Amino acid sequence: MVNTQVHLCGLTLDNPVIPASGTFGYGREFAELYDLDILGSISFKGTTPEERGGNPLPRIAECPQGMLNSVGLQNPGLEEVCTRELKELAKIYHKPVIANISGFSVEDYVTCARAMDREEQVGIIEVNISCPNVHNGGMAFGTDPASAAEVTKAVRRVTDKPVFMKLSPNVTDIAEIARACEAAGADGLSLINTLLGMRIDIQRRQPVLANKMGGYSGPAIFPVAVRMVYQAARAVRIPIIGMGGISTAEDVIEMMMAGATAVQVGAANLVDPFACPNIIETLPTLMEKLNIRNLEEIIGVIE
Amino acid sequence: MKQQYLTVRSVTEIQKNIYKMKLSGNCTEISAPGQFINIRLAGFYLRRPISIASWDAASLTIVFRTVGAGTEALSRVEPGTSLDVLMPLGNGFDLTKGGSSPLLIGGGIGLPPVYGLARAMVQEGMTPRVIAGFNTKNDVILTKDFNFLGIEPVITTMDGSEGLRGTVTDAAANADTGYVYACGPEPMLKAVYDICGDGQFSFEARMACGFGACMGCSCKTKYGYKRICKDGPVLQKEEIIW
Repeated sequence: MVNTQVHLCGLTLDNPVIPASGTFGYGREFAELYDLDILGSISFKGTTPEERGGNPLPRIAECPQGMLNSVGLQNPGLEEVCTRELKELAKIYHKPVIANISGFSVEDYVTCARAMDREEQVGIIEVNISCPNVHNGGMAFGTDPASAAEVTKAVRRVTDKPVFMKLSPNVTDIAEIARACEAAGADGLSLINTLLGMRIDIQRRQPVLANKMGGYSGPAIFPVAVRMVYQAARAVRIPIIGMGGISTAEDVIEMMMAGATAVQVGAANLVDPFACPNIIETLPTLMEKLNIRNLEEIIGVIE
Repeated sequence: MKQQYLTVRSVTEIQKNIYKMKLSGNCTEISAPGQFINIRLAGFYLRRPISIASWDAASLTIVFRTVGAGTEALSRVEPGTSLDVLMPLGNGFDLTKGGSSPLLIGGGIGLPPVYGLARAMVQEGMTPRVIAGFNTKNDVILTKDFNFLGIEPVITTMDGSEGLRGTVTDAAANADTGYVYACGPEPMLKAVYDICGDGQFSFEARMACGFGACMGCSCKTKYGYKRICKDGPVLQKEEIIW
């Protein structure tokens, strides 16, 4: 028997596999297909203080081994999420969840963190300072160490729950941002968010996305994600949730060897709604093949 | 929705760049015309959403135009190939709202789900009237299929090369447009919207998941944001914001 449990800031996850924010809604569509309780946790759709309709269509573009999205943080707003979506989520998932929050000012992040702090099922607050699809905020906080630290400090002050800062890959030096978040009191890091990309329809001579640019996700970005998780893990002592193109149990192992304690699966859920259950099912067999008894023993084994 | 495999039985080019593909497999969960399937294709990351033209318990037919590399690849899939599909997706048309002889309007490659709707209506003993609009005679599809249902569609082409010259709304000028079911390019849908009393409109959008998870195809309606893939593709006239 192998042990797939991992520990994350006092939480024990049955396995390290977590659907990534924005690719899983609040779980409803997937609960029709499988028992969500097999998941290590769920990072639900990013919440902003006010309702957001998101960006104009088209918001989706095909790419080699992946996709661009420019959804733009569409969500029903903090109040609706707390009064309705989380109540519904509690009926179909019975473990601690990850509250992904976003904003356009430090105050927005604080407002969301305060509300999520009061939600019993929220085990971790994941602060998205890396959304490439909104102007005047989002990624701007995650590409500058001082701004990243400012958001971290402000959120840290208003909650007792573990705070994970979700970082952008669209930076020159991920280690510097990671260290700034750790120094400002972050309990952990989530990375990577999507890579800023663009596609052009050469017939129409127009960008494919109405918003012109969008976030690149999918297997194509996996090597970038592994590299950045590795660099961040070498720079800090706090745990990391690794993500970016993970689609298989092999990817999970690789990401953990790079330094991740748990992983999130994003785009894969959209093209294969059974991606997470398939990974969870094959993980023990793969561990046996690789002589891994306890999954935690491989975290960051790469020097 | 289920993830399942359908076997390609035949692929026929019925007009230049327009293909009819018959697939077999369990189709018992399809509940309404206007629903669609999302097909995984080797070499492409995202699935391709294609509307169902007609179906029975053990097979379905899709009709699609090759508009890019994905649909090109789909048109080249060999009979016998097993395709990974998510299905059925979307809400589909509600047959009960338009009376016994509603007007159905399809434009171009928006016609196949309208054919499926007409077929379902005929099976229910209804007598739908059909207007089918195209750019030229080289785009005209499914006429014989409608005839087989006992329906003589009014055909319009923009250049007058077949049927009436002009748009579907030109052809609808003398028809009873009290309740209309429509699928086609968005300018056509808007034009139909403007002349009809009430109706149902099927929309198209670029999608990632096709089952409501990613918010890639969400649009604003009078009743809040709706996902074309999950809450649509069919929207009621009263809720549409252009």
